[in-house]
Amino acid sequence: MKRQVSIAIMAALAFGASLAAGNAQAERLIVSVSNHRVTVTPNYVGEELVLFGSVERDEKTPSNMPNYDLVVTIKGPGADMVTRRKERKFGIWVNVDSRQFLKVPAYLAVFANRPIEEIASADTQRRLQLGLKNIILTQRVGTDYADVVSTDLFRSAFVRLRMEHSLYREATNAVTFLTPTLFRTGIPLPAEVPIGSYDVEIELIANGVLVTKAETAFEIVKVGFEQFVATNAQQNGLVYGLVTAMMALITGWLASVIFRRD
Amino acid sequence: MQLFLPIADIPVNMFLILAMGMAVGFVSGMFGIGGGFLLTPLLIFVGVSPAVAVASVSSHIAASSFSGALAYWRRRAIDPALALVLLSGGVLGTAFGVWLFTLLRSLGQLDLIIALSYVVLLSTVGGLMFWEGLNAIRRARRGETITMRRTGAHGWIHGLPLKMRFKRSKIYLSVIPLVATGLMIGFIGAVMGIGGAFLLIPILIYVMRVPTSTVIGTAMALTLVTMVLATILHAVTNHLVDAVLALILMVGGVIGAQFGARAGQRIRGEHLRLLLGLLILSVGIRFAVELIIKPDDVYTIRQIGDGV
Repeated sequence: MKRQVSIAIMAALAFGASLAAGNAQAERLIVSVSNHRVTVTPNYVGEELVLFGSVERDEKTPSNMPNYDLVVTIKGPGADMVTRRKERKFGIWVNVDSRQFLKVPAYLAVFANRPIEEIASADTQRRLQLGLKNIILTQRVGTDYADVVSTDLFRSAFVRLRMEHSLYREATNAVTFLTPTLFRTGIPLPAEVPIGSYDVEIELIANGVLVTKAETAFEIVKVGFEQFVATNAQQNGLVYGLVTAMMALITGWLASVIFRRD
Repeated sequence: MQLFLPIADIPVNMFLILAMGMAVGFVSGMFGIGGGFLLTPLLIFVGVSPAVAVASVSSHIAASSFSGALAYWRRRAIDPALALVLLSGGVLGTAFGVWLFTLLRSLGQLDLIIALSYVVLLSTVGGLMFWEGLNAIRRARRGETITMRRTGAHGWIHGLPLKMRFKRSKIYLSVIPLVATGLMIGFIGAVMGIGGAFLLIPILIYVMRVPTSTVIGTAMALTLVTMVLATILHAVTNHLVDAVLALILMVGGVIGAQFGARAGQRIRGEHLRLLLGLLILSVGIRFAVELIIKPDDVYTIRQIGDGV
């Protein structure tokens, strides 16, 4: 009975804390990423950002320090994707079925200090969207928009394929505590990292309840010639096409001049 | 050197792409063809998506056919009237091809159609060429002389109305089959990313009886215009032309073509046809195998929008 009451109080505290994160009455999370603006150049091969932070405590924080758990969720820019399934028809493999995933993160990473099942109950995991299994990935099913159970074949195939390209990842040993309150985690970015703004959400959990959370962000921009090309291909299709065609003609003409034999 | 392709959206080794351009250029110089039917599959096999491969290769073919067409123009080996008639169909066919390309892409069946078209077209043409080359060699071994069958020269094609005189080619022919041929080549080219010379030249020689003196140059002129048009239309509608990829391929292609042309002069005609047939056939078979064996993963993902 007493235990239940104390959990209830802690939950209430945690609720208050999450509403007024940074209030003096509880823990505060201070976080920063090593680079807020990542530039991708044509020979970019991927890199790793570092997120570090500390759990700030003051006099009003209960003196008996619990074991803190951290879940870091990084969401890249949203994108609409379609997942297709092949089946054997008349002896060849044909796309037969497809599902649309709407406004899902093009990059998604979840890092924690220990397995998420040990950090929070299944209910809390779902409510806080902790882990790839619990993050909502909206699908269009007929005319409805909804996420489906995490064991759905299309959803798991989607997550698996994104993971194969290192665009989705989950590592439950990636967050390390340097001291009981100081932590760090790496954020690996693959070579084909999507450009756009990335939101980082850090949830501090103690004894299975949310204590507080913090947010930060970073941006990935492509610079240089190749970005110039990509932007123009999208925005000025006609000019781009004409320039490419001209380029082809000039190359062909140059070749005929250089290698002329008659 | 690693290079990131802006439209294909993958990192590639620049020298690998350059080498591919040169190898295909060598083959195209050797056989007097554009080489799109080799280059598009090669790009697909290194990981470029079929749609980007088809769209980008069209600009590569434009470059190689332009340098070829210039040389033929100087030698007065292009029939302008014949080229114009073929083009009237070719332009229409290209526009229709790009439209179908866009439609199939939105239905998610583009990759399949590209692969299937390659299987059917390349296996048929490659098989026929190989067989024909083999027979020619056998006849030559037996010491027989080949007499071109001229008896069928005035078949039904030559009975069609709307006849026109093509002075430089010295033929008198209906425009209907010519426009239809242009239409088909333009259409196939836009959907499959090929210039279509390996189809067009046999049709012009064997069916239309266009003399060999003007056939290659005229075919190149048609290829040039349809591929320039395909490049522009693919860029406008699908935004899939990768200019960086295309430039590397072009540079490799025009260099390779010079060496290929020299090598081609040292090989006898029937051997050349046999080799080309074998090459075309093997690309077709490669696509067929890809379709028949179970894919590593039955699921695929494609981004369709920015999610805004």
